[in-house]
Amino acid sequence: MKVLKLMLKNTLRHKLRTALTILGIAVAVVAFGFLRTVVTAWYAGVQASSPNRLITRNAVSFIFPLPFAYRDKIARIEGVETVSYMNWFQGVYIDKNQFFARMAVDAETALGVYPEFLVPDDERETFLRERNACIVGADLAQQYNFKLGDVIPIDGDIYPGKWEFVVRAIYQPRDKTVDGTQMWFHWQYLDERMKQEMPGRAGEVGWYIIRISNPGDAGRISEELDALFQNSRAETKTETEAAFQQGFIQGTGLIIQLLNFLSFVIIGIIMLVLGNTMIMSARERTKEYAVLKTLGFSGGHLTVLLAGESLIISLLGAGIGIALSYPIVGLFSLMVPKSWFPIFYIEPVTLVLAGGAALAVGALAALFPIQRALKTSIVDGLRFIG
Amino acid sequence: MASIIQVQSVSKSYWRDSFEIPVLNNISLDVPEGEFLGLMGPSGSGKTTLLNLIAGIDRPTKGKILVGNTDIATLSESQLAKWRSHNVGFIFQFYNLMPVLTAFENVELPLLLTSLSKKERRDHVDMALKVVGLSDRMHHYPKQLSGGQEQRVAIARAIASDPLILVADEPTGDLDKHSAEEILTLLERLNKEFKKTIVMVTHDPRAAEKAHTVRQLDKGELQ
Repeated sequence: MKVLKLMLKNTLRHKLRTALTILGIAVAVVAFGFLRTVVTAWYAGVQASSPNRLITRNAVSFIFPLPFAYRDKIARIEGVETVSYMNWFQGVYIDKNQFFARMAVDAETALGVYPEFLVPDDERETFLRERNACIVGADLAQQYNFKLGDVIPIDGDIYPGKWEFVVRAIYQPRDKTVDGTQMWFHWQYLDERMKQEMPGRAGEVGWYIIRISNPGDAGRISEELDALFQNSRAETKTETEAAFQQGFIQGTGLIIQLLNFLSFVIIGIIMLVLGNTMIMSARERTKEYAVLKTLGFSGGHLTVLLAGESLIISLLGAGIGIALSYPIVGLFSLMVPKSWFPIFYIEPVTLVLAGGAALAVGALAALFPIQRALKTSIVDGLRFIG
Repeated sequence: MASIIQVQSVSKSYWRDSFEIPVLNNISLDVPEGEFLGLMGPSGSGKTTLLNLIAGIDRPTKGKILVGNTDIATLSESQLAKWRSHNVGFIFQFYNLMPVLTAFENVELPLLLTSLSKKERRDHVDMALKVVGLSDRMHHYPKQLSGGQEQRVAIARAIASDPLILVADEPTGDLDKHSAEEILTLLERLNKEFKKTIVMVTHDPRAAEKAHTVRQLDKGELQ
């Protein structure tokens, strides 16, 4: 207990230096947490993927469509529960800066395939009933103040023309890992207009979403499905939803790696800051450690004193950093449009990593001072002039 | 009276880079129990080195040192640390108190290594501070005390665990005449009233006068 008291008193001996070190660690932990959160947000789509969903797209490229006629053939494959489909609609709402995912979906099956989108029954029925109805995520509704009955006008670009959709349902994401910023409307509504205005583009599906009964069959079903359309006008590529999402972020892989690398560079910086403080403190107290040894304190006692001091500083810094991370990440997510980072929250694993890193840094930063304190003989320590 | 300290043919050399620097040369010395021994000599004569060897904070290059029948040169580092905590009280020239601890806590420090209960530790500390006349300053930090008072706290720390011997390295070297006199009187009292064996290194002839025996060291040899 008294050794702990001595440890605490030593920690507070140079209040300004200790405070600055703690602050430095806290800032580094915030930066670490923030970068990790950005990386997590980038991978959110992959992490939120369901193992029992497969995605079938055009084998040449995602931007090429598939025939609607594939639907029934896919549905006949053993192990397939539901076949749904979507088209990336895009368009411009207000201006090009107002970005959010707008997709034409098979209204009958989409909500069944994506059970993580929670919609009240009455709103679901209204949405299914009206051909120009749309459903928006709760986060999107909050961002643009959409209410049931509001009309969302969109200038089409991939699908030219003026489009208007009536908000008939607002979905709640099942949990914070689910994107709450999407807008869905009826694929049939899109297809009907295409039949009238651009008949050559009617009956086109962007990609199929296939719900399978057993995730273990994913490989077999994918092979069978792709084999089914081999040598056809539009060959397919089927993969798990996670692999499909991974494909989207592959192009930004280098940036992600850089962010990952930077987050660990920050840990190195924490270690240097704390290591420097501990080395200075231990050097200043060389004589005191010699006196303690003279009085009979063992190497173990000195180790506890130094490591404890280092850990107190690092854990205080980590604690403050973690506490600050929440409002800072929250503020950031308020400042940027929700649709940029639909899923932006601090994952528990980020906190564990930050805490673990601080703990490891605290222990590592004390190593050199401990080694020095143990190695210095009492006689040399007593003669030391700091 | 039986010898409590026996220094037998002890030599000590230090190595600086590749040079061997002999400090003590074949020293033999017996200190009877209850003795107040003064070690004098010019700077570099080896006084402090001999004191350090007796106190077990340094090891001889050659020879044997028995303190209370324990051959301290044969003890491992951890055994030696434990031995010091039970058998030796140290008084340094510059007091060497922990600046972040109060007088009470400084005196209590060596007792933390014993199996004494909190109450027993408190009793020991109270008694030690009473002996040095600083009961009223127990909650003061070193920087709130004068040099003489700091040294008295250091003496209280040295006697708190009731060690076999007290070693003092220039205990008055950093004090004014009046404070030095107080410290010497205190050491004399510890020797006479409490029967403490004291080995004191000093340059100060007035300090040496308080010792029963004074031995001179010169160029690493006892005169």
